[in-house]
Amino acid sequence: MNELVIISGKGGTGKSSIAASFASMAKNKVIADCDVDAPDLHLLLRPEVEKEEDFHGGWIARIDAQKCTQCGECTQLCRFQAISGSYEIDESRCEGCGVCAEFCPCMAIEMERKITARKYISKTTYGPFVHGRLAFAEGNSGKLVSAIKEDARRIAKENGYPLIIIDGSPGIGCPVIASLAGSKAALCVTEPTVAGLHDLKRIFELTRHFRINTLACVNKYDVSEEITAVIEQFCKGHDITMVGTIPYDPDTVKAQINAMSVVEYSRGRASREIRNIWDRVSELM
Amino acid sequence: MNISVASGKGGTGKTTIALALATLLSQRGIHAAILDCDVEEPNVNLFLKADIHSVDTVYTPVPSVDEARCNGCGKCEQMCRFSAIVIVGGKPLVLPDMCHSCGGCYRVCPEKAIQEIPKEIGGIEEGLKGNLHYAGGRLRIGEPMAAPLIKEVKQYACDADVRVIDCPPGTSCSAIESVRGSDYVILIAEPTPFGLNDLQIIVGMLRQIEVGFGVVINKSDIGDDRVYRYCREEAVAVLASIPYSPESASEYASGFYHEAFIERFSAEFYSIITSVFSGKLKGVCRNE
Ligand code: SF4
Ligand code: SF4
Repeated sequence: MNELVIISGKGGTGKSSIAASFASMAKNKVIADCDVDAPDLHLLLRPEVEKEEDFHGGWIARIDAQKCTQCGECTQLCRFQAISGSYEIDESRCEGCGVCAEFCPCMAIEMERKITARKYISKTTYGPFVHGRLAFAEGNSGKLVSAIKEDARRIAKENGYPLIIIDGSPGIGCPVIASLAGSKAALCVTEPTVAGLHDLKRIFELTRHFRINTLACVNKYDVSEEITAVIEQFCKGHDITMVGTIPYDPDTVKAQINAMSVVEYSRGRASREIRNIWDRVSELM
Repeated sequence: MNISVASGKGGTGKTTIALALATLLSQRGIHAAILDCDVEEPNVNLFLKADIHSVDTVYTPVPSVDEARCNGCGKCEQMCRFSAIVIVGGKPLVLPDMCHSCGGCYRVCPEKAIQEIPKEIGGIEEGLKGNLHYAGGRLRIGEPMAAPLIKEVKQYACDADVRVIDCPPGTSCSAIESVRGSDYVILIAEPTPFGLNDLQIIVGMLRQIEVGFGVVINKSDIGDDRVYRYCREEAVAVLASIPYSPESASEYASGFYHEAFIERFSAEFYSIITSVFSGKLKGVCRNE
């Protein structure tokens, strides 16, 4: 089974628009939105939720005020400053490590499973779609990403689909690492700016670290053809396959407003190039 | 005073606006600093070009097992809720990238076989551009957890009167760590369906952790009016609307930019500064 992870390093480069376009062109695949921090793909794929469940991404400490003698041991031990002077747990700081519960001399602290997200399996006109949404102010997104990928793999296997298209998250931290884990190919969507180039270099170090075959495309290349050329040069020198350059096209936002992928919405410049890119990517996969 | 600049979605112009704001404050004689807490993809100094005078390495403690003392009891594995120390072939194996540095295994080991050793998670550079202080974190590639590094970045430039914090996009632990303790958060949003969705998520996060905020709508003419409608319905303050400008886009591309941006949109920045600082900082708002 093939997995294509679409990542970007820098945010806002058009990753999800490209993922949705691929989803509308590829046959026999599962789509997964692993950008759980800011999931947007559902806005273009118009999913019909078939199954949803709570996702327990971690633990949280609960202090039983009846048993607590306010000895102060836990506040000393907690490395995350999650226990206040009045012996209450600050949920946004608690990492769920359980150190306080283990060492409380009065056994006044218990660890509880915490619901950190909702996970969905949906039907779309493009095929099965797995996505999730973190509860407000919840971390632990890496675990949710892994769970989404697991579901996507299971569904692909059950249906005999050879491909999973994954919308990854920006950055290089835990959700991105989880999005890439076990996948063979990543398409990095970048933009021709000094920040885009800088972030591409960092994400490339990450994909190389995990030995993932890296493809790249430049979105809005006409914002700076000069930097596009620098990016192409960088890719050549680093064994990154450049699969195309997409022009700036207001149709991309119009497609979004009409809840469609750009290749469905328009036959314009961006749409045509994304089709070419998909042809190249599917040949390489 | 800490002012965070954040956004639910990446690429909305967060870094630009943070830089413009910090530069403006410093030009007006305020002792200002800019902190780059987007440690996964730090971009502030690509534009600011401050002279860096020091770089510190940041570490976090992870366990190391003395096999001679270890009796293989497995208490450390039971303690660890992150599967960062697991018994393999009767002896504990540490997976440092999974470790949250809670110290649990080290404390629980009955044989005192576990020591904590430092693991490098990234670096923090510090510099100066004119009167503006700069400190920025840079996460080591392959390191999954950014929050501990962000916590450290926030220890810098504490003597500044205003610290402008460039936050990572999104609402994950690193975004929360960045905005925590801020006096105010300026959210940057684009008026598109994606922009609206991501704005709703970050507004929910900020309300939960009870930090005050307002919204700057960037590239205000590229999409539709749903973001404006949302702000009206939810009584979210719109601090300014900055239209898309092809000149700014190409200046941004080449990295020479925020000074021209400030000039082009001086009226918008004046309105942001007035709403955020009015009455709180002397001399920042022109008519005070
Ligand atoms: S310090 Fe905490 S997170 Fe790290 S290995 Fe030990 S118990 Fe696990
Ligand atoms: S708790 Fe200590 S003695 Fe027991 S397995 Fe872990 S390191 Fe070895």
